[in-house]
Amino acid sequence: MANLTEFARERYAQAALRARPASIWLRRGWSETLIELLIRLSGLSTIAIVGLIFLFLVREGLPTFLDIPLRQLFSGRWYPIEGLYGLWPLLVGSLVVTAGAIIIAVPLGLTTAIYLGEIAPPWQREILKPLVEVLAGIPSIVLGFLGWVTLAPIIQGLGAPTGLTALTGSLILAYMALPAIISISEDALYAVPKEYRDGALAIGATQWQTIWRVVLPAARSGLAMAVMLGIGRAIGETMAVMMVTGNAAFVPDLGLDMPLSPVRTMTATIAAEMGEVAQGSLHYSVLFGIGIVLFVVTFTINLIAGRLVGSVVRRRGGQL
Amino acid sequence: MTRAATERSIKINVRNFSFYYGDFQALDSLTLGIGQNEITALIGPSGCGKSTFLRSLNRMNDTIPGARAVGDVLLDGKNIYDPEVDVTELRQRVGMVFQRPNPFPQSIYDNVAFGPRVLGTARRSDLGDLVRQSLIDASLWDDVKHRLHGSALNLNPGQQQRLCIARAIAVKPDVILMDEPCSALDPVATLRVEDLMRELAEHFTIVIVTHNMQQAARVSDQTGFFWLGRLVEFDETERLFSAPREALTEAYITGRRG
Repeated sequence: MANLTEFARERYAQAALRARPASIWLRRGWSETLIELLIRLSGLSTIAIVGLIFLFLVREGLPTFLDIPLRQLFSGRWYPIEGLYGLWPLLVGSLVVTAGAIIIAVPLGLTTAIYLGEIAPPWQREILKPLVEVLAGIPSIVLGFLGWVTLAPIIQGLGAPTGLTALTGSLILAYMALPAIISISEDALYAVPKEYRDGALAIGATQWQTIWRVVLPAARSGLAMAVMLGIGRAIGETMAVMMVTGNAAFVPDLGLDMPLSPVRTMTATIAAEMGEVAQGSLHYSVLFGIGIVLFVVTFTINLIAGRLVGSVVRRRGGQL
Repeated sequence: MTRAATERSIKINVRNFSFYYGDFQALDSLTLGIGQNEITALIGPSGCGKSTFLRSLNRMNDTIPGARAVGDVLLDGKNIYDPEVDVTELRQRVGMVFQRPNPFPQSIYDNVAFGPRVLGTARRSDLGDLVRQSLIDASLWDDVKHRLHGSALNLNPGQQQRLCIARAIAVKPDVILMDEPCSALDPVATLRVEDLMRELAEHFTIVIVTHNMQQAARVSDQTGFFWLGRLVEFDETERLFSAPREALTEAYITGRRG
């Protein structure tokens, strides 16, 4: 009996100890309120700035869609001096260069990530991972320069009339999208629980079967997100592309040699012509109109990528 | 439940087996015989080497850098540490069930079909029957027969663990290793898995690591007691728990050491 009261007293003391920290929160003063306000403000300002950017884009670019008939907007002639604003060549240019970049960068990026995450011995991983980070740090203009000096002559050697082609742009862009694709896919592979690999190996699966049939499907959403973000990176890139794609606002002929013709992307058009237009002119607002198109495209890509991340989180029961 | 010593036929014969992680010696010259169609329980405190020993029976420790085995583990008389042994073939014969249920994030059907598919051990037309039979043998069929193509992750932990057992037996192994298979399960699910083990022992040789001494006493035929990388005592379960030979064993099973 004595033991029991002793026990009860001890429990009571413990409970009292646990209860005490709560009272500290009651004494929160003005500094707490101020800090909370600051955090709230900075959070809201980010959202406000995004909204303002979009509003600004729409205000400046809206005449494009109001003053120019849609049929002309989607025609193949981009001659701003003659008042012809067909966006089609620029859309096709962006599409060809980006598609080429994706076709090159995605397989290369995914296999590199698989090698880094699943196959490479630790010492190689320690060398290669920082190298990938360095790759991400190379300024795009430097890559454009390299493309101009070294890549273009090689491509011209393939039989193209000029070395500055969609393919040259694709290669440079692929190189630029690679670091994002590699590091995000590697994270996705890393997030696959070791238990899955153990389970597959313990049944007698080989390492490759384990990767192909268990690890990759389990990381599917993360890998898709890596690809999406890589695409986003590629489609928004400007300077390097402007340097190496030849800047010809024509719709290239459909065919196998399509990548070997010069093109001009939407981003390059804005960058090249913005300095020459009169503010407030139709040409000026068409350039902003192109900006709106780009904004919508990248926003859609980010939205899809975000959905994919969301579904990963849901499937793991709320944990990333 | 227990058989006379003369009737036992030895499935896995372990002779002077030691295991190292780098410089650290995890197992110190173990010698024991694991009987065919018996349930062998390995008990001992955390870090005593019983899980290391279990994982060296299907060479799952191979994936750990710096791991090194010395001595013989003879499966049906053949040393599994021979350089010419195909590890994937070994693991098909010696399956494993883990501490935390680890079904793949795929359908129930695909989980069970995984082994036969990667090993190519079943014809496509036989796969459905094999999956069904494995689920029946793992006493999971009635729970899942209407949702074979639903995600395995929607099963409760006890069902997930039985799914992992179904996945392991679908490749028709000789031996099933179980590493604390019930430690993540509630008492009801635990009892179901224990019943299942007794049924499975008619067709398979089972080695189980457990922290739960009642579980070892309930299900196993033979029990080995590990202490600091040594096998202190290995005997019929009844005898080990009722009349242990070593003082250390007695201290551990009565709760005075560990």
